Amino acid sequence: MMIGPIGFAVPWLLVALALLPVLWLLLRAVPPAPVRRRFPGVALLLGLKDDDSVTDRTPWWLLLLRMLAVAAVIIGLAGPVLNPNEDAASRETGPLLVVMDASWASAGDWPAQRDFLSAMLAEAGREARPVALLRLTEPAAPVFQSADSWRSRLPGLVPAAWQPGADDMAQAAEMLGDTAFETRWLSDGLAREGRAALLQALEDRGPVTVYQSVRPILALGPARVDDGALVLTAQRVQTVLARDITVLAHGRDPSGTPRVLADLPLRFEAGASSATGALTLPAELRARLTRFEIAGQDHAGAASLTDDGLKRREVALIAGRDDREGLELLSPLHYLERALQPSADLLDGALMDVLPANPNVIVLADVATLSGAEQAALLDWVDAGGMLLRFAGPRLAGSDVSRSEEAPLMPVRLRAGGRTVGGAMSWGSPKSLAPFPEASPFYGLDVPGDVTVSAQVMAQPDPTLAERVIAQLSDGTPLVTRKKAGAGQVVLFHVTANAEWSTLPLSGLFVRMLERLAISSAAEMPAAEELTGTIWHPAQVLDGFGELKDAGNLPGIAGEVLVEAPLGRAMQPGLYDDADGRRIARNVIGAGDTLAPVVWPARVNVAGFDRVAEAPLGGWLLALSLILLSADILASLALSGRLWPARTALILAVALMLPDGGAAQQTPEGLTSELALAHVITGDRKLDEMARAGLLGLSETLFFRTSVEPADPVGVDLGTDELAFFPLLYWPITPDQPQPSAEAYVKLNQYLRTGGMILFDTRDADIAGFGAASPNGAKLQQLAASLDVPPLEQVPNDHVLTRTFYLLQDFPGRHAGRPVWVEASPPDAEQVEGMPFRNLNDGVTPVVIGGNDWAAAWAVDGRGNAMFPVGRGYAGERQREMAYRFGVNLVMHVLTGNYKSDQVHVPALLDRLGQ
Amino acid sequence: MTASPASLRGRAEAEAARFPPLLARAEQLAGSVLLGEHGRRRAGVGDDFWQYRPLQQGDPRRLIDWRRSARSDAQFVREREWQIAQSVMLWVDSAASMRFSSAPELPEKVDRACLIGLAAAVLLLRSGERVGMIGNALPPRRGEAQIMRLATILSSEGAAEEYGAPEARGMLPHSRALFISDFMGDMAPVRAALTKAADRGVRGVLLQVLDPVEEAFPYRGRAIFESVGGTLAHETLKASDLRDRYLERLAARKAELEHLCAATGWRFGCHHTSQSAQSALLWLYRAIEDGGAAR
Repeated sequence: MMIGPIGFAVPWLLVALALLPVLWLLLRAVPPAPVRRRFPGVALLLGLKDDDSVTDRTPWWLLLLRMLAVAAVIIGLAGPVLNPNEDAASRETGPLLVVMDASWASAGDWPAQRDFLSAMLAEAGREARPVALLRLTEPAAPVFQSADSWRSRLPGLVPAAWQPGADDMAQAAEMLGDTAFETRWLSDGLAREGRAALLQALEDRGPVTVYQSVRPILALGPARVDDGALVLTAQRVQTVLARDITVLAHGRDPSGTPRVLADLPLRFEAGASSATGALTLPAELRARLTRFEIAGQDHAGAASLTDDGLKRREVALIAGRDDREGLELLSPLHYLERALQPSADLLDGALMDVLPANPNVIVLADVATLSGAEQAALLDWVDAGGMLLRFAGPRLAGSDVSRSEEAPLMPVRLRAGGRTVGGAMSWGSPKSLAPFPEASPFYGLDVPGDVTVSAQVMAQPDPTLAERVIAQLSDGTPLVTRKKAGAGQVVLFHVTANAEWSTLPLSGLFVRMLERLAISSAAEMPAAEELTGTIWHPAQVLDGFGELKDAGNLPGIAGEVLVEAPLGRAMQPGLYDDADGRRIARNVIGAGDTLAPVVWPARVNVAGFDRVAEAPLGGWLLALSLILLSADILASLALSGRLWPARTALILAVALMLPDGGAAQQTPEGLTSELALAHVITGDRKLDEMARAGLLGLSETLFFRTSVEPADPVGVDLGTDELAFFPLLYWPITPDQPQPSAEAYVKLNQYLRTGGMILFDTRDADIAGFGAASPNGAKLQQLAASLDVPPLEQVPNDHVLTRTFYLLQDFPGRHAGRPVWVEASPPDAEQVEGMPFRNLNDGVTPVVIGGNDWAAAWAVDGRGNAMFPVGRGYAGERQREMAYRFGVNLVMHVLTGNYKSDQVHVPALLDRLGQ
Repeated sequence: MTASPASLRGRAEAEAARFPPLLARAEQLAGSVLLGEHGRRRAGVGDDFWQYRPLQQGDPRRLIDWRRSARSDAQFVREREWQIAQSVMLWVDSAASMRFSSAPELPEKVDRACLIGLAAAVLLLRSGERVGMIGNALPPRRGEAQIMRLATILSSEGAAEEYGAPEARGMLPHSRALFISDFMGDMAPVRAALTKAADRGVRGVLLQVLDPVEEAFPYRGRAIFESVGGTLAHETLKASDLRDRYLERLAARKAELEHLCAATGWRFGCHHTSQSAQSALLWLYRAIEDGGAAR
């Protein structure tokens, strides 16, 4: 039901509004509750009758207030919605099927689609229509359920990274069933096969409305390498206007952090559907690229993953002999150089020179013996993941390497001499290659018939030989052997790298074999036949929004399928690895894919996603009714004379004010007029109590014995309180007290520099020696780390602290006999002959650190009795007395500084007076 | 009931603490009233010397002042100034209805009544009258000690009944009486007491102490009016309608009291707790004095 722009979910509840006048009359008739009043003159009232039986009427404005409150409740419960999604065109009441393309092209404005869908479901819920949701990327038979159950599932609804294929749509069309329903199709706006058929199937069952985003769809094709530059092509569907976009090249910086390494502006001319640009990057930077992305497009189609195609491996070529100057074709490296040049960076140089560059591959062409250092370095490199590729040759054949026992850098043992077949001096014809076995990395490569081998080195039969052979001749002799060593591998071609022993280096097979061994990488997506027989495991897959997700346990995919099969649930876009460490990226947009806008038949209604947002008003109305009712409470109280403004204000104030956790602190004015000792509030209530009681006891002792008459001690919150008023801060340490804030440390340091003193008390009797392993000591170190604490020493015998009031030599608290640490005396202080003590530092030590638990010894309760036992019997009381004396001395020291040290000058002063 | 000594002592101290302030306030109030000359200006029973007169026929011989007679031949009798001490009987209503004050800043009616009563007693005692409580509570006596006794009685707990009634028994003939109450209760005992007093030649003053709300009746709306003791209640739907009729009744009550006083030769006054106690005391003292002078 609609009233103006407001619809109601439960319109029949509005009938209750008719009850309002009745309520009005009722409220008028029922008198307000009587007020009970004490009144001595009631005797005079007895017998007086009321003039009319109608009570004092509730005032009209109070009635109106209550009416409004009730009306607000009724209307609020009726579920009013501002701008409900009601399409004038669709007045259907039957089941509703929501078809979603849910492809990557939808991901760009997925939030809008989801909001739209949510609104649509809400509307269906109000109309009690059963709803089914069909995602074409994952077709399933539509199940009609209540809209609410769908709404609860909305957050989990995400677009797929692929597009629905023609078979998906055909499958969906088959599963539609026979019931009639209305269809709303949330399209992504891309043309694809099968749409028309599905549309027809849907129209057979009821009206179809299409909703389609007006947001332009941009997509990025895979990067190609062209003349050393990366060529990127972006496509778009809407071609009318010119548009500038930016392609971001993401990668890892040298520290491994993902970041944008480069960007490339592209411009779509008006009317053009694609834009192409080239990006030139240093090879080193290029190798670190992980993906390209159109800025601001959050969908998988705008992301293009990179794979080995962009990586250039570093290959070091090392030949055993370079004596044939000028004979290029006979150079052992010539064919390798030609094969690797387009796709790899070649390094030249001595082995020990190239090893620090950590090349991906080192090729040793007919290198037989290696020095011990070279061998060790190579072994380390191979163990760390390097790939050593060796070629045989006359030197290897003539050497004793790997003869009697397998050399670590050879995959097999070799027989002496090798063999020559089909030559002028030998029987038989040159051997051709056998098809590659299934376990071989070369499996699936075509073996051209013209590849022949006329000489080779022979492997010794060994138990491990069979598994190490990855290519063999037609007579079964190994041609290529391989062994894993650590994280790397060693591969031996049993022929030379030039055409002397075989025609293999002359054929295209040689290049592809190198590719398979990941020595070179293909510049373009390999063709299906090149990947035949390989299995690729998804490492990471793209989601609809273009984010890489862990592939989880998705199954491996055959190589030929990987490059050719259309994307779908079984073949998701992402990064695929094979067993040899090669990586292929399957992107959403392939090299040949083009995008086209969908063209709907004229009979179909096409609308956009944008509509006025629904605004449920129920909550607001219910809140309004609550406010009105509370106003009614106040008004009723006021009417009946029970509203005491002062008391109400008090209640309100109490309700509004947060309870003040801190104990009532003395005002700064009070603290400036009287001396007070202070302790740091540690947050441990018991400890704080004890510290306070301790300082109280010390304050009373001071009061009785000295002219220092402190006020009650004060707990100090380091975070909030001003410290300047306190001459002495007692800081008991617990392992779990919070670290003061940075501002608090600034304040503390200021306090220490301007003459304050902190008495740190670890309270652990310094069990393990100062500052060591006890938890309190560790905490003290932690707390004091940021404090401006001078160098410390144990209190020397002649420290002024030993004689500021009492003559003391130790400073017991609840524990006795432990050292106390104060600021170290200046290094040049020396005792003058005849003087009882040195002329020490001129100030007050800013910190006194000990573990004697003084507060416990000082602590007194409200009646002045000691709270904690100290020691035993008389000795204990003596110790407590000494603790008090230490406290007195400490406060005196703080207040008078080195006054008592001045006595050192007494003889000199007397001298002067005498003169 | 076993009250611990501590609580007993606490209550006792609270009790004891109540009355010095009352006494102090009463003394202070009494001190603010300056008394004029009080003697009767004629010979009679008293302490002060008045005159010597020659012995007349019929005088008892023991009245002869021998010291004066020895200086001459005639015999003289020493006459003293007539200082007849009046007995003033005090009644302060301490019933529940008196324990009421409409606002925290106003004293309870009983508080004000006790204050005025005690202050008047102090004044009377200082001028040599005998003051006692009506009934058998405290017979009239003279002297400062009586002040303490009066204060003790006035400070004691109030009566439990809803409205107080004056006691007509134990009134000395031709004495004076001071009744302080709100006179909200039944009028019959008051009437009886006054009639009986008039019969015995007792004259005195009725002081009606009222709270301002009892005079104004500022209530509105639906209300249940309860007496202070809680035994009486009256419910009304529209308190504002009752106002005029209540005020009528109150005026009638006052008129009746006034009429009663006029008939019996008493004086009637009305005091509100919002007014100053001093003016009430002044009026009261004059009223008692005038009553005496008029005799």
